[in-house]
Amino acid sequence: MSAALWTIVIAVGLLAVLAVIFGAVLGFAAIRFKVEGNPIVDQINNLLPQTQCGQCGYPGCKPYAEAIAGGEKINKCPPGGEGTIQSLADLLGVEPEPLDAEHGAEKAVPTVAFIREDECIGCTKCIQACPVDAILGAAKQMHTVIADECTGCDLCVEPCPVDCIDMIPVSVDKSNWYWQAPTSGVELIATDRHHHLAGDAA
Amino acid sequence: MTNLIRLHNFDGGIHPAENKAQSTATPVQQACLPAELVLPLHQHIGAAAKPLVKAGDQVLKGQLIAAADGFVSVPLHAPTSGTIAAVEPRAVPHASGLQEDCIVIIPDGAERWIEHQSLYQQLGLEHLNDISPRQLTEHIRQCGIAGMGGAGFPTAVKLSTGQREIHTLILNGAECEPYITADDMLMRERASEVIQGAQILLHIVGAKGCMIGVEDNKPQAIAALNTALVELGEEHHIDVVTIPTKYPSGGEKQLIKILTGEEVPAGGIPADLGLVCQNVGTAAAIYRAVAFGEPLISRITTLTGDAMQQPGNWEVLIGTPVSHLLQLAGYQPQKRERVIMGGPMMGFALPGLDLPITKTSNCLLAPTEKELPPNDIAMACIRCGMCADACPADLLPQQLYWFSKSQEFDKAEQHNIFDCIECGACSYVCPSHIPLVQYYRYAKGAIREERAAQAKAERARQRFEERLARQEREVAEKEAKRKARAEAAAKAQAAKPAVAADSAAATSNAPAADGNAELEKLQKQFDAAQSALAKTKEKLEAARADESMADKVPLFESALNKTQDKIKDLAKQLAAAKKAAKAAPVAASAATTDTDKGDPNSPERLKRKWETAQARLDTALKRLAEAKEQGLDTVDALQTGVDKQQERVNEAKAAYDASVADGAAAGATVGGSTAPQATGAQTADNSAADQAANIEALNKKILAQQDRVAKMQERLDMAKAEGLDTVDALTLGVQKQQDKLLQLQQELAALAPAGTTSNEAS
Repeated sequence: MSAALWTIVIAVGLLAVLAVIFGAVLGFAAIRFKVEGNPIVDQINNLLPQTQCGQCGYPGCKPYAEAIAGGEKINKCPPGGEGTIQSLADLLGVEPEPLDAEHGAEKAVPTVAFIREDECIGCTKCIQACPVDAILGAAKQMHTVIADECTGCDLCVEPCPVDCIDMIPVSVDKSNWYWQAPTSGVELIATDRHHHLAGDAA
Repeated sequence: MTNLIRLHNFDGGIHPAENKAQSTATPVQQACLPAELVLPLHQHIGAAAKPLVKAGDQVLKGQLIAAADGFVSVPLHAPTSGTIAAVEPRAVPHASGLQEDCIVIIPDGAERWIEHQSLYQQLGLEHLNDISPRQLTEHIRQCGIAGMGGAGFPTAVKLSTGQREIHTLILNGAECEPYITADDMLMRERASEVIQGAQILLHIVGAKGCMIGVEDNKPQAIAALNTALVELGEEHHIDVVTIPTKYPSGGEKQLIKILTGEEVPAGGIPADLGLVCQNVGTAAAIYRAVAFGEPLISRITTLTGDAMQQPGNWEVLIGTPVSHLLQLAGYQPQKRERVIMGGPMMGFALPGLDLPITKTSNCLLAPTEKELPPNDIAMACIRCGMCADACPADLLPQQLYWFSKSQEFDKAEQHNIFDCIECGACSYVCPSHIPLVQYYRYAKGAIREERAAQAKAERARQRFEERLARQEREVAEKEAKRKARAEAAAKAQAAKPAVAADSAAATSNAPAADGNAELEKLQKQFDAAQSALAKTKEKLEAARADESMADKVPLFESALNKTQDKIKDLAKQLAAAKKAAKAAPVAASAATTDTDKGDPNSPERLKRKWETAQARLDTALKRLAEAKEQGLDTVDALQTGVDKQQERVNEAKAAYDASVADGAAAGATVGGSTAPQATGAQTADNSAADQAANIEALNKKILAQQDRVAKMQERLDMAKAEGLDTVDALTLGVQKQQDKLLQLQQELAALAPAGTTSNEAS
């Protein structure tokens, strides 16, 4: 009788000790390995195109990333376009939605700002507007865009009082040209292939 | 030694029809000069060369016309003498058909060489071993040599192996691609150049031995190389290694595998294995550069294909248009015009025929439609796996195809798509005629573009965040400055009453005469002290913000206090000096107004005084505005200064107005001459001063005479009233006096117009 009682007491005591030990370990780990901030925000931010254009209605990509983490829709980024929406949907496990037209359309070709320098009056308004400090210049001095740093966000176009800023498409040269994928729809059965060829010749 | 080398094999590979005999029947011919040469500035891997010539310049054969732009770049030399027609964008021989900057030369036909001599002569040395590898590499760089096998990598860069020790040099004479025979003919006809080039390369990289790998389908080239080695007649460590014919044994990594059994690691270079691999054509070019000082201006190009009536090899100048060469080889235009630059496996169809030959153009292939049918329409992949068997890089072409097609680029990357050498073996064996290599090229390009976009986005993110941080910092700094200023102003306000008493004492001491100079000096000192104060404050802020400078904070604080005290003192003195200065000019102006009364110069002087006072008032107002804006403690002092200055201005103005009015009044008593006199007085100068003095004297005389006349008249009237007998005498006297007055007035009238005219003349 007493032996059985002892067994129960030992078992309960042992479990209690174990509970205390694991509790302590978990408590320590919770403090020691605490994650600062919301890691999902950084992951979302990495997927955004970082043009900092504000077309989504937030003052930059990071704020929009924070908003998305807080439940904002993922289809408000025109520079990122469908590709970004797809990646965000994959990351967050939600259904991809078509781009919200309210925030603008995806650009067909990437553009870069260009200042017609002889028309520039040196008002510095575009410099203040540029979110990535890609415009060089000083008051009453001509300004110019550092093309490599320009994200093509269009934010400098509006403030220019003399309309001397153009958004020009990024030129293609040997360094950034690459082969396009072979045209699809070439995998046809023999009879269709013949028709295709005839159409080609015509 | 040849027997001792054990050959290895690489996996995969194919055996396409060689088609080399057509172009080896005739020896290498010299291509005649074309009408113009077009030299793209970017014929190599790396940065485009920078042009050194402009349209209209005369150039000599071998003259440097474009300089290398950076380490990984290659200079460009004029292939013949002639005139630069233009430096402009022209279509370049590239799959994209894009335009790039080119130098266009119109040959003069004289082929005049620029002065050139061998590197031995240049350095005054006799033997190769006397020249340092560095000098040789530099010479190769200056001679514009880029890999002539097809890729065009700058040779000098490839030879700069840095810390890696090189044990073997490999010369690539495999030339595995069908149709191409440029290296074959080079080795047959210029074997000794290749061998001597190999010796130079051996010396540069410090390798123990050299292997020249040649496929066994070129027995004449192998024989020629061996003969040349025998003729060399000295000890050497060069082996001509015959390797079995298999495409693509001429790939750098494949040739290394065959000759050494080692594999170049993914993402690595042969130098990691202690190897350097060069094309035989490059070796020959290096020999010519060192032995004759000739830069790379020509190369051997194969012209072949059934559409050519006389296929063969030509030595062509870099920049020769393709159309010119096709003419030489008897090209018969086809229904579907198709000229391929490079071989049938790795070459690309030229978008046009007016494109130039570059340093890497080893072959122009003009096939008939029957000979090389255009790509058949692709069918579905049947997963036969033949591509995987053929792949010389041990990749999984089928998987890569699926991933590239569905744009799953990350998976393609995981399957090592960047190890694909784009040899085309998979496409060759594909029973479904799928253009596999085109898919891989597309995937590689898309991945590179994505990487570039990601790198750019990352940079944009950093710049954006740094900008935000900067803006925050600026706001904080402004806030801190404003606080500091407000504090300083409060302190100064508290200290003010005590100061006020002292300033009075200082005032009385200041001599009024040099008050203005004193004032300016004080103002300057005051300004300097102010700026010093601002600086000290900034330093103090910085020190407070920075913990490491914490021990300096008390130091700065005491300095700040000192400067503040100094400013207070100066403010006192300044206020005193201003008071004195105010008193002095007022007195002075009063004095001048008195003494100058009646002086025609005085209005001018007074006006100037008024203007100066006004200017001072403006400055004072400006200072006051500034002080108010900055919240300085001198606002009150400046305010009183401004008020006083305002008073002075008013006084000066009043004085001036008065003097003008006086002048007018004085003139009026003299009669008709008033107006000219007034104008004369206003614009009076030194030459008119005497005149004015005379007039003045006359005026006085007239006044006196009038007095006398008046007195005489009085006496006469008295005498008449009393009935005295002196009436007649007095009447005569009055008449006489009146005559005299008239005379004086006439004199004055005569003088005044003269004075006016003289003034006008001046």
